[in-house]
Amino acid sequence: MDVAHHDILLVGGGGAGLRAAIAVAEANPRLSIAVISKVYPMRSHTVSAEGGAAGVIRPDDSLDEHAHDTISGGDWLCDQDAVEAFVREAPQELLQLEHWGCPWSREPDGHIAVRAFGGMKKMRTWFAADKTGFHMLHTLFQTTLKYAAIQRYDEWFVTRLLVDDGRVQGVVALELMSGRVQAIAAKAVILCTGGCGRVFPFTTNANIKNGDGMALAYRVGAPLKDMEFVQYHPTGLPFTGILITEAARAEGGYLLNKDGYRYLQDYNLGSPQPRPVLRSMELGPRDRLSQAFVKEVEKGRTIQTPYGDVVHLDLRHLGERLINTKLPFVRELCLKYQNIDPVRELIPVRPVVHYMMGGVHTDMHGVTPLRGLYAAGEVACVSINGANRLGSNSLPELLVFGARAGRHAAEYAASCPPAAGRILAQAADEKRRLDEHFLRKTGGRERVATLREEMQATIEASAGIYRHGSTLAQAAGKIAELKERSADLRLDDSSATFNTELVAALELGFMLDVAEAIVACAAHRTESRGAHQRTDFPERDDARFLAHSLVYQSADGAPRVDYLPVVITRWPPGERVYGQSTPGHRAAGQSAHG
Amino acid sequence: MPPETPVYTSYHPRWYRQRVSTYWWLGRWSYLVFILRELSSLAVAWVVLLTLLLVRAVSAGTDSYAEFVQWLKTPVVLALNAVALSFLVFHTITWFNAAPRAMGLRLGGRRVPERLVAVAHYAGWAAASALMAWMVLG
Amino acid sequence: MAETIQLEVARYQPERDTAPRLERFAVPLRKEWVVLDALNYIKDRLDGSLSYRWSCRMGICGSCGMSVNGEPKLTCATFLVHYAPGPVRVEPLRYFPVVRDLVIEMSDFLRKLQKVKPWIIRREEQPLSSGEYLQTPEQLDAYKQYSMCINCMICYAACPVYGLDPLFPGPAALALAQRYNLDSRDQGAGERLRELSHADGIWGCTFVGECTKVCPKNVDPAGAIQQYKFTAAKEWLKSLLLPRGGG
Repeated sequence: MDVAHHDILLVGGGGAGLRAAIAVAEANPRLSIAVISKVYPMRSHTVSAEGGAAGVIRPDDSLDEHAHDTISGGDWLCDQDAVEAFVREAPQELLQLEHWGCPWSREPDGHIAVRAFGGMKKMRTWFAADKTGFHMLHTLFQTTLKYAAIQRYDEWFVTRLLVDDGRVQGVVALELMSGRVQAIAAKAVILCTGGCGRVFPFTTNANIKNGDGMALAYRVGAPLKDMEFVQYHPTGLPFTGILITEAARAEGGYLLNKDGYRYLQDYNLGSPQPRPVLRSMELGPRDRLSQAFVKEVEKGRTIQTPYGDVVHLDLRHLGERLINTKLPFVRELCLKYQNIDPVRELIPVRPVVHYMMGGVHTDMHGVTPLRGLYAAGEVACVSINGANRLGSNSLPELLVFGARAGRHAAEYAASCPPAAGRILAQAADEKRRLDEHFLRKTGGRERVATLREEMQATIEASAGIYRHGSTLAQAAGKIAELKERSADLRLDDSSATFNTELVAALELGFMLDVAEAIVACAAHRTESRGAHQRTDFPERDDARFLAHSLVYQSADGAPRVDYLPVVITRWPPGERVYGQSTPGHRAAGQSAHG
Repeated sequence: MPPETPVYTSYHPRWYRQRVSTYWWLGRWSYLVFILRELSSLAVAWVVLLTLLLVRAVSAGTDSYAEFVQWLKTPVVLALNAVALSFLVFHTITWFNAAPRAMGLRLGGRRVPERLVAVAHYAGWAAASALMAWMVLG
Repeated sequence: MAETIQLEVARYQPERDTAPRLERFAVPLRKEWVVLDALNYIKDRLDGSLSYRWSCRMGICGSCGMSVNGEPKLTCATFLVHYAPGPVRVEPLRYFPVVRDLVIEMSDFLRKLQKVKPWIIRREEQPLSSGEYLQTPEQLDAYKQYSMCINCMICYAACPVYGLDPLFPGPAALALAQRYNLDSRDQGAGERLRELSHADGIWGCTFVGECTKVCPKNVDPAGAIQQYKFTAAKEWLKSLLLPRGGG
């Protein structure tokens, strides 16, 4: 077995991974850095983010306000010290990206332009037309090409973390091109593999978002945090799950039910105004909008289509000129993938899974409890997003925590001994496992696609927008069954060359672990908060649950859930209220109706 | 990129490389048009040569000019010139249609529409032809 | 509308094949389905050994470029009904070595991308404390089109020069070079020109123009390259007339 040696390994080449790699290269140019990605880095899912990235730059705005919006939007489950650091560093990171060439949209005088975004009370969202993630990723990728210290392993799939002597010492990875399995040793490993949207059937996430890093960490004993908090984006195209950006609502779009009625006014989100009002109606927080959809389905007021229930997003009143300047991508997406023209027609939308608030438990520097293991980006849970992420916070999150993890890992690696030879034995074991269970195996009755679809149906029904203890218990049993059945897979593809069926089988294994963690955390949290809504426990319970769920994989493979208190600094928990025009802080009781 | 320390693999897949045929330009209509466009430069060269011969014939006197005109009237030369003329027109049209893209004109911070640039070219051609016609016939 | 449509998919497995061959599959014909959906159907239900790249399903990641009935296309943006009654021939992108089935080898593009230095080059970096480099919307407009490249390499599959000349950088790489040359914040145009103004650089392009025709993002690489040639010619003339620089 071959071993390659590096100082720092980035698993994943998206926004967080590339930013971390640059941070390491700048902190210590003598370190050997490797970025391992199962796809070419410019294919990473960062590329599809549309709306924007939040960072305080206007004089009428303040860091405290950004922090408060984030914390209250997260239903007070955010670690406030981390949020304070995040809002402080976000504008600097976005500015650094501008210096690296990111084509941010501008004011006529040449300064950075910002726009409104759902959940933010002031305009602070930087944007690059409506392809912010695309431009950020390509800017980062092209900038990494400058650094000779950054080597890339393009289309290598990490199957396992190597742990010895209580610390992570590298990975085992499969080169897709040739099928060879190789140990790659390192002093520090930073997981930047993104979220796990593909665990669910309707998702904006790309095919590659399978929770790889979460499962990798989970399997070597690192805890996952807040896994029950799964964010639905209220407006995705049915069938494809393609996201219709929040910006469409920020520019003035309306959400209508089958009667053409702006139904959000029935759900404590303010009253309908002709122009969008920050934090009210269609610009309310995402989880509230998704919940309103489910209620509309129950009332029978949604529109039936062959791909499920939908409501309509109406942009017609905005006019062709505005749509072509501010929302060209929205129009292009609707035309190209659903054959609908937003200028003249209503867009069918439904809530789709978009972001995973939960992930590998880290501190403010991306450090996990397992020495040598870091995580940053959507794969990690710091937590700055708490129980519900605000739109335009995840792109700066990649930059801020990618950079922090990179810098911390660089310091750690400089003083760390090299990897031990014992990891080679583990790597050889892994190669044997891949051979025996997948490539050389004969027989087997289960198909990857079947198990995957069953998992997706189970999790949507049990851990979707609304949850209940009984369905969660059933789901836990079903997922355990699926895990057993996945040991009996039959692969058609036994080739060593670019075997994507093998990759799909490995990803299925990761997704089943992640699904199990989600269901376990959801079952244990007997309250409703942010994106986690229990019909059997509809109230928020700060006394018992102002804490993060931590889930560990125990020796027999079953999940074990524990709790970690949230860090509160300056903002004591309040009521999440929307629809007011006064800039409130945490408001005392607003009477709920409807 | 592969790791810096050379590592030998036990297996490297054989990539399939398709040889590009010498007749690649027949595979697509646009490729054929492209090749013809490039070939039309020969027609341009021919017309330039013809013009030089004309100038020489004129400057050598009335007789040589008359001989030259006789030569121009022979069937071979007529046919050749007919072909050259069609290639020349083809050359001009493809050039005028491609020029706006190649020039990438910007005015006042915005891109000048390609159609406008092409139309300007055709207008110039029409004007020059009208002038020629007036000088020769009028 | 018919119930199914035939797909003829190129198959190649180096362990057993010396050349690709076409294999037929029948897939459902749905109004909303694109060619990629058909491939996923084959992989999930008919033959799990079909290998191809895809990710975002929305034309922004650039993974799913393939040859559909001889035309290079993003398979996530190509509707099946457009080809009814079929059959639809799906092959790997032309002019690249084939690794497996519909998967091509693309490290050549990445090497060429590296060569054009696609990053902001400055004589002196402005510190972050002095804020952003000012750039008006007009200045942004000057290079914006060329920044839209998703690296799908469909332009390479349409470029006969790339097919015939292995040293030619190709449309996307050169368009990205122009993207930085025209960015008002960049000062590296001279450096890039020295790299690219030679027979195996921009002058290899003969303005066939196919790249611009097939580009799914309207980047117009052909335009970028011809304009680059004008700049290169101008610079060459300047260097002749003003040998010691002068602006």
